[in-house]
Amino acid sequence: MRAYILRRLIMVIPMMFGITIISFAIIHLAPGSPTQAMTDLNPNVSPESIVKLRQLYNLDDPLHVQYWLWLKKVLVLDFGDSFSQDARPVLDKILERLPITLLISVLSLIIVFTLSIPIGVLSATHQYSFFDRVASLFVFFGFSMPTFWFALLLMILFGVWLDWLPISGVVSMNHAQLSEFGKIKDYAMHLFLPVTMSGLTSLAGMSRFTRQSMLEVIRQDYVICARAKGLPERKVIYKHAMKNATLPIITLTALSIPGLIGGSVIFETIYSIPGTGQLFYQAVMGRDYPLVMGELVLMAFLTLIANLLADVSYAMVDPRIHYD
Amino acid sequence: MTEKAPRTFKRLFMERFLNDWLAVVGAVIVAALFLVAVFAPVLIRHNPTTINAKDILSPPSAEYWLGTDDLGRDVFSRMVYGSRISLSVGFVAVGIATAIGLVLGALAGYFGGWIDEVIMRFVDIMLTLPTFFLILAVIAFLNPNIYNIMIVIGVTSWMGVARLVRAEFLTLKERDFVTAAKAIGVSDMGVIFRHILPNAMAPVLVSATLGVGSAILTESSLSFLGIGVQPPDASWGNILTQGKDYIELAWWLSVFPGLAILITVMGYNLLGEGLRDALDPRLYR
Repeated sequence: MRAYILRRLIMVIPMMFGITIISFAIIHLAPGSPTQAMTDLNPNVSPESIVKLRQLYNLDDPLHVQYWLWLKKVLVLDFGDSFSQDARPVLDKILERLPITLLISVLSLIIVFTLSIPIGVLSATHQYSFFDRVASLFVFFGFSMPTFWFALLLMILFGVWLDWLPISGVVSMNHAQLSEFGKIKDYAMHLFLPVTMSGLTSLAGMSRFTRQSMLEVIRQDYVICARAKGLPERKVIYKHAMKNATLPIITLTALSIPGLIGGSVIFETIYSIPGTGQLFYQAVMGRDYPLVMGELVLMAFLTLIANLLADVSYAMVDPRIHYD
Repeated sequence: MTEKAPRTFKRLFMERFLNDWLAVVGAVIVAALFLVAVFAPVLIRHNPTTINAKDILSPPSAEYWLGTDDLGRDVFSRMVYGSRISLSVGFVAVGIATAIGLVLGALAGYFGGWIDEVIMRFVDIMLTLPTFFLILAVIAFLNPNIYNIMIVIGVTSWMGVARLVRAEFLTLKERDFVTAAKAIGVSDMGVIFRHILPNAMAPVLVSATLGVGSAILTESSLSFLGIGVQPPDASWGNILTQGKDYIELAWWLSVFPGLAILITVMGYNLLGEGLRDALDPRLYR
């Protein structure tokens, strides 16, 4: 077990190298680099920012020197200063916005779990029933839905026409004057739509997956055995079958994290949530290169760590797996 | 009935596929959209770029089926032309992704060893990067035009295909026909591309069909953020973006393009799932 975790930890190092190399390659799409022909006409890039860019990333040095100098800074999480007006360190700008994005991601994962597992299990135990068909229809919609559009429509419906929910931001203007309970309610009202929308696609995927996995498991010998020895159906399903059917969800969760983080750009922009997604969008629109690179690398690192945690917890939870 | 006809794979496939009504619905949607894109000029009554000052933001009517936008342009015509953009982005992006995935997956599965190791670690790394962030980062450096969008979506979505093709190659390369081909002196490249690859195409076809749907979704999200296809070119995503500022005055500007995206992506998803079921040899008994 310990050997496995150690080996998995060591694997992180080449992965990090890979991530930095791909990110480094992207810098070279910038104006003034070998790919200039493609970016020359970009009217959004000012000459000053090109000069700053060449200095920041040492673009006049040989390639391996450039990479090395950049890597040394990245390893201590020094991504330079933002090109925007405030010129603050990129890391500070990202870190101060990270909590709200993480909060939304974690909340939507919790909602995804609490809904998708029951939906998937019920669909499987009642295969081809009315409920199963409705759930399948929902899954198809979830996969095909342009969520940004759906998010926009819901915002108009609940925020403007029905006036039930606030349409932007995280807190109301009078947040400071509210009671403790009022504050929590205020957060909940603001976060309801962003959280649901960012979980929608994962919810569809996870329900589908649980159903599939459950369908396979309930045909296994040990489930038949559990029934044969006279256990009540409830126990068979919820104790014996479900445990094994839901284990792979750990892996699926890790795989859905890049999607959640990517989705944050859209939802935070639509609902004006001051998180990293909105920051990234502003950075892209303002051609704030250090900020773009910093977020890309940092988010990739975070995903890598989440994957690592998922793999390790899978190994710890599943006694059938021996890694030595 | 069909008892007398020989039970060839093609015949079995058609039977299964046509019995699956959802798959047929998907195929009809996909075919219909294809026709719309091809015959766009015949279908419209108004020029999609003509600005009409006296009919600004007019609701759907007999004259303007889906209403007009803030410049008085006919939304229906713009969406019909938008289908060309959205579909071509979908197809070209998937074409690029499939080509990369096929080659890398084939090399990894066929040669194994360190080639496999390197390629699959590369796949892992690409899967770790949040794709949407990666696409946006690249677009921040490049000019956001339709060609760059196609390339970027393609280059960031080949990993699934590579994994599929590799898995197919791992089993296929042990088969007798491969040994036979090698024995008569066919080169590695010949074995890979002429002998094994054609046998590995079924799952690739399925994933490409599903891929068109998700590429269209990605393009529309990018256009929605204003970093996708740029005006005056109309894509469903950027019609929607222009519409969102007028959403309280003119719902039709936001509702119809979104519906078009939803129906299109659903069509490709239904078709893809249908193909998967109909092509799955395990289901033939």
